[in-house]
Amino acid sequence: AEAGQIDGRGWPAPDKPTSLNDITHYNNFYEFGTDKSDPEALSGDFVSRPWRVQVDGLVDHPKVWDIDELIRQFGQQDRLYRMRCVEAWSMVIPWNGFELGALLRAVSPKSEARYVAFTSVVRPEQMPGQRGGAFSLTWPYTEGLRLDEAMHPLTILATGVYGQTMPAQNGAPVRLVVPWKYGFKGIKSITRITLTDRQPPASWNVMAPNEYGFYANVNPAVDHPRWSQASEQIIGQGSLFYTARKPTQLFNGYAEQVSGLYKGMDLNKDF
Amino acid sequence: MSGRSVSSRQKNGFTPVKRQVLLYLFFLAPFVFDLTAGVMGNLGPDPAHYCLHDFGRYAIRFLLLSLAITPLKRFAGVDLMLWRRPLGLLAFTYAALHIFFYVVVIRHVDTHVLWRDVTTRPFLIFGLLTFLILLPLALTSTRKTIKALGRWWRPLHRLVYGAAILASIHYMIAFKTWHVQPFVYAALVCIFLSFRLIRKGRTPRRA
Repeated sequence: AEAGQIDGRGWPAPDKPTSLNDITHYNNFYEFGTDKSDPEALSGDFVSRPWRVQVDGLVDHPKVWDIDELIRQFGQQDRLYRMRCVEAWSMVIPWNGFELGALLRAVSPKSEARYVAFTSVVRPEQMPGQRGGAFSLTWPYTEGLRLDEAMHPLTILATGVYGQTMPAQNGAPVRLVVPWKYGFKGIKSITRITLTDRQPPASWNVMAPNEYGFYANVNPAVDHPRWSQASEQIIGQGSLFYTARKPTQLFNGYAEQVSGLYKGMDLNKDF
Repeated sequence: MSGRSVSSRQKNGFTPVKRQVLLYLFFLAPFVFDLTAGVMGNLGPDPAHYCLHDFGRYAIRFLLLSLAITPLKRFAGVDLMLWRRPLGLLAFTYAALHIFFYVVVIRHVDTHVLWRDVTTRPFLIFGLLTFLILLPLALTSTRKTIKALGRWWRPLHRLVYGAAILASIHYMIAFKTWHVQPFVYAALVCIFLSFRLIRKGRTPRRA
């Protein structure tokens, strides 16, 4: 990882945080629309409280949490992470949240649990992007992690950004953040977390498996079929006639912390 | 058809060429708007991609309009032939701006990446081929070259049909999911091109 600030937990963190304005006005959240300005512009009707998160599946103590109960129980840490989108741009975001591992330990996964499946909300009346027909993704948006990835201390459930309650366009009230993976793994507005023994379906992977892998680990050596992943555009640092770019790092700069999870795997095949 | 052109020219004193230039300049407005908004910081967190996409869309729109002129005249009796050249040149101009933003502003003229792009990525190959067709058409649109090319000018400029098809494909496959607008534009291209298959003023004779 590059030199820079150290975040709350002691992880190496990228330096210059992106402005809150850019973080909240440049979003991929297809439930509200495919344009990056749509989530901010079209999320005004979205109601994120009260909100319940159901945790079930292969666990000893399934439980349904109210969102505020969840925050009270697991607290809020600061985590400054780079978010690397699969579209080859990145931001640096000061998240507030807690480790997913803490939540999973609280429900005691059974020994046969190997994956964690996530489900997002379906509310077409509040999310205009979900009213589209055959042309868009299918809803609900789903994602998944291997259990060891989910238990990794870098993996968090974020409930805020810049110390503010999570804005609707960023995935209110609670979203996944896995900093060494492409942003689309960070499922937003989570309603259900299910422990399973088989690899769960992940929305983008199901739609175009040759373009979006299940793992989706940031990797400059494995191009997206339609664009290079070797470098990324730094959002908020350019101008109309100049885009700031930097080389993309393996595992988004967290290789030291996470490469052990993928020992013996061919990252070109399991991309 | 209509005797409009002669009388209106006399009224406002503009020659056809002057009117073509005025139309061309008028429709540079989207470019000027974007540039102004971008410089003032009103195009969001990524103004370069905003311009890239906006100019690409305008390129296809003007290409579509230029293809509509001939069917309009033949089947609707509306003679807008005067506007075909500026519309074609506008399509070329916006395509050139689109490519400028990609190559220079976004890719920093990184020849390694650009070479990989145009040799391995179909969506970019379709885009480049479109531009490679539009370029000679734009260069041969002056009166001098039209005269010099003589009877070759027309078959050369029929290449624009190919450009429209390639541009439609480029636009359709450019997104992560399917978007509606590119398919609407592609349908319009099909409609405008299929008019060309209808032969004019001939009633088939019985033998």
